[in-house]
Order: sequence, then C-alpha cells, then structure tokens
Amino acid sequence: MAVAEQTLASAPVRRKQASQSYLSLVWWKFRKNRTAVFGGVLLLVLHIAMVGVPEFVSPYLLERTSDYVEAKPQRIRFFDQEGNFHLRPFVYGLEKKIDLAKRTRVYVDDPIRIYPLGFFVAGEPYQLFGLIPLKTHLYGTLSDDPAASVFIMGTDALGRDWFTRILYGGRLSLMIGLIGQLMTIAFGTILGAMSGYYGGWVDQLIQRATELLGAIPDIPLFMALAAAIPSFWSPISVYFMLTLILSFVRWGGLARQVRGLILSLREREYALAAKSAGGSDSRIMFRHLLPGTMSHVIVIATLAIPGMILSETALSWLGLGLRPPLTSWGVLLQDAATVRAIHTTPWELWTVPFILLTILAYNMLGDGLRDALDPYSGR
Amino acid sequence: MSVTNQTQSQAQPPTKNDTILLDVKGLKKYFPIQKGFLRRTVGYVKAVDDISFFVREGETLGVVGESGCGKSTAGRSIIRLYEPTAGQVSFKSQVLGSNGQTKTVNLLDLNAQEMKSVRQEISMIFQDPVNSLNPRMSVSDIIAEPMIIHGMKMGQDTEDIIVSLLERVGLRSDHLRRYPHEFSGGQRQRIGIARALSLNPSLVICDEPVSALDVSIQAQTLNLLQDLQKDFNLAYIFVAHDMSVVEHISDRVAVMYVGKIVEMAETDALFTNPLHPYTEALLSSVPKPDPLYKPHRIMMQGEVADPSNPPSGCYFHPRCRYAQDLCKEKSPEFRQIKHDHWTACHFAGELKLEGI
Repeated sequence: MAVAEQTLASAPVRRKQASQSYLSLVWWKFRKNRTAVFGGVLLLVLHIAMVGVPEFVSPYLLERTSDYVEAKPQRIRFFDQEGNFHLRPFVYGLEKKIDLAKRTRVYVDDPIRIYPLGFFVAGEPYQLFGLIPLKTHLYGTLSDDPAASVFIMGTDALGRDWFTRILYGGRLSLMIGLIGQLMTIAFGTILGAMSGYYGGWVDQLIQRATELLGAIPDIPLFMALAAAIPSFWSPISVYFMLTLILSFVRWGGLARQVRGLILSLREREYALAAKSAGGSDSRIMFRHLLPGTMSHVIVIATLAIPGMILSETALSWLGLGLRPPLTSWGVLLQDAATVRAIHTTPWELWTVPFILLTILAYNMLGDGLRDALDPYSGR
Repeated sequence: MSVTNQTQSQAQPPTKNDTILLDVKGLKKYFPIQKGFLRRTVGYVKAVDDISFFVREGETLGVVGESGCGKSTAGRSIIRLYEPTAGQVSFKSQVLGSNGQTKTVNLLDLNAQEMKSVRQEISMIFQDPVNSLNPRMSVSDIIAEPMIIHGMKMGQDTEDIIVSLLERVGLRSDHLRRYPHEFSGGQRQRIGIARALSLNPSLVICDEPVSALDVSIQAQTLNLLQDLQKDFNLAYIFVAHDMSVVEHISDRVAVMYVGKIVEMAETDALFTNPLHPYTEALLSSVPKPDPLYKPHRIMMQGEVADPSNPPSGCYFHPRCRYAQDLCKEKSPEFRQIKHDHWTACHFAGELKLEGI
C-alpha cells in the first residue's frame, strides 16, 4: 500500500470522472418511464398553451364577441360538397335559421361560403406576455370576408369562441393549481420541519392546528372563507384570495408528512455526524434534513395539484369561487351545467376533456416522479 | 494489504503512555417516559446509569454488551449528542488550551462555542454505512463537511487534505466526485472514517463501526483503524457487541449491562480471567475455529432487563447462574479486585469463572 500511495501522491491525477449525482440518477430513471414522460410533455404543452401564450394559440381574443350566438362547432373539412379535395383545410360559413317548430335558433352550414384555414395568420393585435406586440395567431381563416369565422368548439351565449375561452380559463385554473400548491408546499414544509425538528410545544401547537383544520369539513370551510371575501373586491383579488384559501386548507397533510420525515431523518447517522462535528441547526436543516424530504414533497405536491384544480373548479361551479368576468374552467362549467345547455349547446362540455386530460397528466407525472425520485431502491 | 500492515506494526511498536485523555465520572443519561395529554413524566429509561471509566491517549477502550445495554448512548452522551442527565466528562483539550498547553475541561460545563471547538478533537464513526453518509452529497462534500463547519473554505488546500485522507483510508483520488451509492459497504465505512479524521481528532468514538460489514471487510476495517491509531496517536472508544472484534482491537475492555459497567479490565485479563458472570456468559458465546472443540455454552435465560424497570439488587441476578439471595437484595459495588481489574459482583474472586 505504501508504494501505491507514493505513486498516487506523485501524480496528482484529478480525473473528472462521470459520476452519477442524485439528479442524474433521477433523470435516468424518469426517462425510462414512458407514461410519465408523456404526462410531463402533455403538461408542458398545456401550460405553454394556456398559462404562457393563450393569446397566440387562440384564433380570437377573449373579449371578442360575434353575431354567432351559441353556434355549433364548425367542422374542419378537406372535401367540399362536390367531393373535390382541397389541400388547404376549410370551414363552411354558418347560416342562422329559426326553427319555427322548436322555436329555437339553429345554425346550418352554408356550402357556398368556403373559408380556407391557415397557420400563423394575422388577426387581432395583442401583446405577448404583456410586452411584445404581435398580430399573429396560431391558426385562423385566411378569408377577408368580415363574416368569416372559425369556431372549432362552437360559441357561447355572447358569441365568443369556446376554444378561446377554454384556453384562457385554463390559464387561471392551471395557475391556481401551481401557485396554490407552491404556497401549500411553503406552509407545509416550513411548519412541518419546525414541528419535527424542534419538537416540544412548537410541535404540539402545529400538530393541534393541523388537527383542527382537518376536523372541519372542506366545503363548509370553503363556503365560510369564500363568503368572507368582500363582494366589492376586484375579481383578481378574489382570485388570489381563493388561491390562499385553497392552500391554507391543504397544508396540514403535507406538514404532517414532512414532520414525520424530519423525525426519521434527524436520527439518521449522517445528521448525527454533522451534529457531532458541531454543525449548526440551520446547516443540519438545510443541508441534511430538507433535501431528504424534497423528493417526497415534490411527489405529494404533484399528485395534489389536480385536487387543487378540481377544488377551484368545484368552488367556482358552486358559485363560491371565481365569478365572471373572470374565465376559469369552473366558470365555464357553470355555463354548461344546465339541462338546457347539455341539450342545445353540448359543445360547451368541451371543457371537461381538458380538465380530465390535465388531471390524468399530473397523475402520470406524479407516479413517474415517485418512482424516479427514490432511485436507490428497487432498481 | 495485511502483510504491509504487519511489517509496519513490527517496525513501530505501539507506544502507550499513561496520560489520561478522557475521564468519565458518574455519567448518567435518563430518558423520560411521558404519558398522557399533559406529557407528565411517569418514569425514566436509565439508558446510562452512573458509569465511570477513563481512556488514555492513543489507547482503545472496548465497550461491549448485548443490544440495548446503553453502549451507544454512553458514546453519544460523551460528545453531547444526547445531553447527559448527570456526571462529569473531563477531556484534555488542545484547542481550548493556550500556548500549546493542553487544558483539562469538563465537557458538560462548556458553553456552545467552546463545545463546538472541542468537537474538532472528538469525532465519531457510525455503525450503518448506508445511513451515515448523506446520499445527496459527493464524497468530497461529505469529508469536507466537518472542515467547513469549523470555518475552512472549500478550495485547493481543502481538496488536497481530502485526497490525502481518501488515500490514507485506501480509496482513490478519483473517488472524490462520486456519490455514496456508488460504493460498497466497506468503502463507505472508509469514507466515514476519513470524515472522522478530517479535523485531526485525538479521540474517536466508534459506534459499532464494523457490525454492519461482512467478516472479511470487518478485518480490513479493523486493521485500517489500528494503522490510523498508530499514525495519528488516536484514542478509540470502540463500542461493539462482538467479543472477538473487541478482543482484536482493544487495550482495555468495559462490559456493560443495563446501563452500568459491570466489569472493566485490560483485554487479556478480562478474556482469560473474567470476574463477572455476565462477562463469562458473553465469552462463552464466542465461536472457536476448532471443529473438535466441544462447546459448553452458557445459555443465559431471558432477555436484557428493562432499563425503565430494572430488577432489584444486582441487575443481572435473574439471569445469573450463580445468583444467591444477597444478589436480589443488594446492588453490588463497582470495585477494584485486582490491579486495574474492576467489577461489580458480590462474589467477584470467589467464583471460578472460565475465560477463553
């Protein structure tokens, strides 16, 4: 050994070897899970389209109304009435008719008016991210006819494009999920970590508080808190208040889990080693304990975001959450929640697949993360 | 590697001196048992109950006993990982002394700042090679941590120290950027040892450092610990439950039972001529590498006594095959029977006990 030592010492080789850090292991394992990657990509697309740039993806702006009230979705076609193939897809114009027997207004396709569709067409001007002035939309009609329209998912009672509304509604609904969950993580982790690390009366206080919160049924608590929001507040303040309420109700569970983890981690020998070397409380907390809880917290948070989104949807649907003129998925569902709507304007239910897709994607991602974030087990 | 070790040990005979490094007197650690809503204390687990021992510079004190007898708690109480209930722990500190002089301090009296400084001189090696290294930190971060805690900056100098430590414990410098999961159990334990040595301590508390390793790795690790002891003049408190391991590494041995030291002597004296029936029973459990040997093992009845509710008199009497009425009534005194051979048994010296 002495000889080996000398050669090593005389040649101070510091080879930068490819070493597997925790994160690279996580990525390696996550990548192999196709479902989770699919969920992740789907979420990325949904978030970019809705939270990031709904102005660009939608053919119209949110406020734009039209004369087509409760119009059915326009089918995208490649073949016209004579059976001729068009390379460029098109929609027929809509013609309003009154059904005298049913006493309702109906729209029928007008095969004479053909509106060709295109990508990246110029439309109403908007500002991307509130900064960059743009006129380009992802898709739209190329026709100059002022009556030209493309409502792939129909319109609402004010003649607004339903797909546009879904996109803008997703912005608030998805953001309530993200921001609300971030706040839940902040509350839950800080309080849980304090509870677990300091113990004693701090622990008692926090634990009793979570029990108290957990003992109150959710919906009445929401109703009480939502009723406490003054009615003269601007819709956006209501929105932030609602986010706060949602995370306030939900931090308890996470705090308990973090507390449990901290209790177990602080007896781990590496935490004891740092303590025996004289490491400060904050060092042990931030270097050894909290990083150990993060994988768990991220998984729990990912799997809880759908609950957050659904809560918003449910509350808004009940009329306790967001209200028009704000557009969220809950608000959109409110429109669609009448028998009349299901009967005469079933396309207003297009919101539902988007909600389902988002929630499924979050669950796929969460499941994948759960397996990947614990890369040391079950190889 | 063992060959080189032997030649080294012949070249440098161990030099022992009589300077006492650590002197523990009457150390107690009681954990309160709390019940009910108001958390009233209804009793205590006497994990460490009034133990006294000392460690000389550069020597190894083995501490043995069955699981749950307070060995680890004793080790952790010394370094105040657990705040001891009572007692005195005198430690000869270099750091707190001035002008190169050492200063003997009672660790339990030190304030937080002084205690932090002393922690440079006392380090710990842990049992579980999986749990003792943070999986999120690279080897270099792990070994550097004590140095950073004590105010060193991460840089070329620190890295040089880490590399030399790694090489000293038998790892390579290119292991520096790796993560704990990329190593075997024995290698991880070596990383733990390098971390313990990074601040150049004079006392290392080894909390069952080889219990979780397989036998061949145990031997390597023990040899490494012995080499390091010679090189750095380290004193070890070596907590273990394996008698043969303790025999191999220790200069003196303390046997613990239910929070108390029942026998303490030099290794040879204790192994050949035990004075406490508990020590005798432990020794009879050591397997002999001789197929013709007919063992007559002493099977102890029952479990280790409950430290929250110990038996009357001598704690060992319900399991002792020599127990008499006196043992149930009176707790034996821990007394010196022969030179440097202490025991707590009413009939020490009168019984004819068998060693190895």
